[in-house]
Amino acid sequence: MPNSPQTPGIVAQRLSSEQVAQNFATYQPAYDAHEARVAADRCYFCHDAPCMTACPTAIDIPLFIRQIATGTPDAAAKTIFAQNIMGGMCARVCPTETLCEEVCVREVAEGKPVEIGRLQRYATDSLMAKGVHPFTRAADTGKRVAVVGAGPAGLACAHRLALHGHAVTVYDRRPKAGGLNEYGIAAYKSTDDFAAQEVEWLLKIGGITLQTGKELGRDITLAGLEAAFDAVFLGFGLGGVNRLGLAGEDMAGVANAVDFIATLRQTDDKAALEVGRDVVVIGGGMTAVDAAVQAKLLGAQTVTMVYRRGKEKMSASVYEQEHATACGVTIVYGAAPVKILGARKVEGVEFAYESGETFTLRADQVFKAIGQTLVGEPIARDGKKLSNRVGKVWAGGDCAVGGEDLTVTAVAQGRDAAEEIHSVLTGAVR
Amino acid sequence: MANLASNFIGIKSPNPFWLASAPPTDKAYNVERAYEAGWGGVVWKTLGSEGPPVVNVSGPRYGAIWGADRRLLGLNNIELITDRPLQINLDEIKAVKRKWRDRALVISLMVPCDEESWKDILHRIEDTEADGVELNFGCPHGMAERGMGSAVGQVPEYIEMVTRWVKKHSRMPCIVKLTPNINDIRKPAEAAHAGGADAVSLINTINSITSVNLDSFAPEPMIDGKGTHGGYCGPAVKPIALNMVAEIARNPATRNLPISGIGGVTTWRDAAEFLALGAGNVQVCTAAMTYGFKIVSEMISGLSDYLDDKGMDLSDLVGRATPNVTDWQFLNLNYVTKAVINQDDCIKCGRCFAACEDTSHQAIAMSADRTFTVKDEECVACNLCVNVCPVQDCITMVEVPKGGVDQRTGRKVGEYANWTMHPNNPSVAAAE
Repeated sequence: MPNSPQTPGIVAQRLSSEQVAQNFATYQPAYDAHEARVAADRCYFCHDAPCMTACPTAIDIPLFIRQIATGTPDAAAKTIFAQNIMGGMCARVCPTETLCEEVCVREVAEGKPVEIGRLQRYATDSLMAKGVHPFTRAADTGKRVAVVGAGPAGLACAHRLALHGHAVTVYDRRPKAGGLNEYGIAAYKSTDDFAAQEVEWLLKIGGITLQTGKELGRDITLAGLEAAFDAVFLGFGLGGVNRLGLAGEDMAGVANAVDFIATLRQTDDKAALEVGRDVVVIGGGMTAVDAAVQAKLLGAQTVTMVYRRGKEKMSASVYEQEHATACGVTIVYGAAPVKILGARKVEGVEFAYESGETFTLRADQVFKAIGQTLVGEPIARDGKKLSNRVGKVWAGGDCAVGGEDLTVTAVAQGRDAAEEIHSVLTGAVR
Repeated sequence: MANLASNFIGIKSPNPFWLASAPPTDKAYNVERAYEAGWGGVVWKTLGSEGPPVVNVSGPRYGAIWGADRRLLGLNNIELITDRPLQINLDEIKAVKRKWRDRALVISLMVPCDEESWKDILHRIEDTEADGVELNFGCPHGMAERGMGSAVGQVPEYIEMVTRWVKKHSRMPCIVKLTPNINDIRKPAEAAHAGGADAVSLINTINSITSVNLDSFAPEPMIDGKGTHGGYCGPAVKPIALNMVAEIARNPATRNLPISGIGGVTTWRDAAEFLALGAGNVQVCTAAMTYGFKIVSEMISGLSDYLDDKGMDLSDLVGRATPNVTDWQFLNLNYVTKAVINQDDCIKCGRCFAACEDTSHQAIAMSADRTFTVKDEECVACNLCVNVCPVQDCITMVEVPKGGVDQRTGRKVGEYANWTMHPNNPSVAAAE
């Protein structure tokens, strides 16, 4: 191991491969059968359960937990997948502490919710480990639908359409399907190549053709898709990254957090990845947390996340913030970057509090994570999100109105668009 | 600290907590551990006749049902009486009794239903200096097929006959242990009383199949693909036992017959309930088998604190609730209560709503923000909401005072009146 956390600059091998692998493998281990039974026993089987209402995909949570408690995790998995075909990934990445678990009556009563996310993972893992796909495709309808974007929205849409018997072609500009599940989720939350496995499992429904490396505006056009298909679903996410608007932000050592996260996901020996000694992450969302935590897991000596507003405004949940600080990340609230310091490569960032007082953080690596935006795609208008439906074109997920930067919301929108498309294609509605 | 010293039909023990005749009392090792842990007395596991001992199965002997978190609620067993040679048991009983003079030691007996057999066994145990005998007329499995155990306990005439033999051939206090596998528990108790029993103990275990193996399609516990009914015990049987104890305690024919209460006693509170219904002491088995002998410490401290709080002696508690056990026809039909939900304690799970709306009287309203309130005009005070609420004392039943109006019937709450006085009662109408 040539380097250590103290080595200056942006270097690889700050920690041994084994240490890094261990760092990335220890986040929220899966329940074993006993733990799952004990956790499931805590559910009260509430009437019109608040957790179910809080779930964007409206999974029947009390039912699936009861199914776990009665020793039928596969039935529980079917309950979950019937509402959310990406229930496996959602079990890993959903901010349950601000969704189902926040409103769990046992959170209200005791400050300790039923661990719904981990129970969901137990159930979905149980079925997926058997390689079983629980749904059967309806007879072919002869209708063809194009889906642009193989992320959570696109795949959820494609699956539901295929389930109803339509033939679906999914296009994605990246070499692999999965979208943010494959490229945007922190590596420690999606271990063992789960996103790719989930895509493979999902496609077992049949009737879905995947075309990767096909970008809208370059390889395919919306007009072409409209002409060739009975309906089109756009779920290509947000392609652009917001800029700080500061001089020097293109300097060596300054990078987009989303690219850092994507690279991490596509690298097996993560210790081979370069990371700075003093890392500064600018932003307050999940992307910022994921970049900061993973920089720490790679062996950066100091990682500081700086957010321009207060703790309560931060879009990363309190749980995520606490996880970051537990990993050794320092979070500074209420400070905005005013200057990138350095000549050929970054040496620090100057920040200003709202009071005007300034301070400087030493940095040999800076990650920008102040949001993504809808740019580049030919149909985007001034960065505004797409309407959910215009004629025979539907949209969902982060690129569309109502998208929330959450896998689970994207899945819900893709699924619901598919139901609407199905209704239109079968003449039930127009 | 209240004095828990107990005198049950002349048998003294430092507290009223005895271990029932069962696997925990099969040999000196266990019994001494129980005494060391603080148990007031022990009923030694049932002895049979001289001769080759009984044989037990070598497959599973116990089956169970569980509540949340796999808390054991009910246990069943197909174990028979002691399978150790008689003389070994007798020697151990004698040695243990000599060492533990202040503790109760009663011997449970089960021999064939003839006078010679009983005379013989009574003669053999005389030398042990045990405090008394308990006649096992309760065991529902195995031995019953051989004409013993509950096969005797289900025929009051046999109970009376055997009890007479025992009293004739022994000076020891005699407790008759009753089986609950019978329609009317008062009859065997009356028979025991008539035969001269000093006390009855109840309940023994209940015929049961705890579960069925859904792969092998056989009852559990399963022995080589087959199963048989076993004796059910543990917290699940407590309500059945309490009722039977109360039936005997309030029966004029057996009113003064001492009772040793058995059946699902798990905590001091359970014990206190048996005592209040008329049991002079309690016997415990499943709780010890689930948690070990140490639980008696909680029973001792809990009962003692309770008696201190109430300013009562142990003897004041025994039978204190018996006069309040009555027949349905004497319940006050003009006693009106309404459920009240404490909104500060409510965690908004909605179980009261689901229970009431789906299965009762549609007397709970649910608002858009999940506030649950009782509709007095619909509430019949059934108490189901109280029972399904996960938060203790969140929902309570509050009495509508006399002269107040029951919003459901529109009538004023009147003076005490029961079914025997009610105009809808045909026999009342006939009398008029």
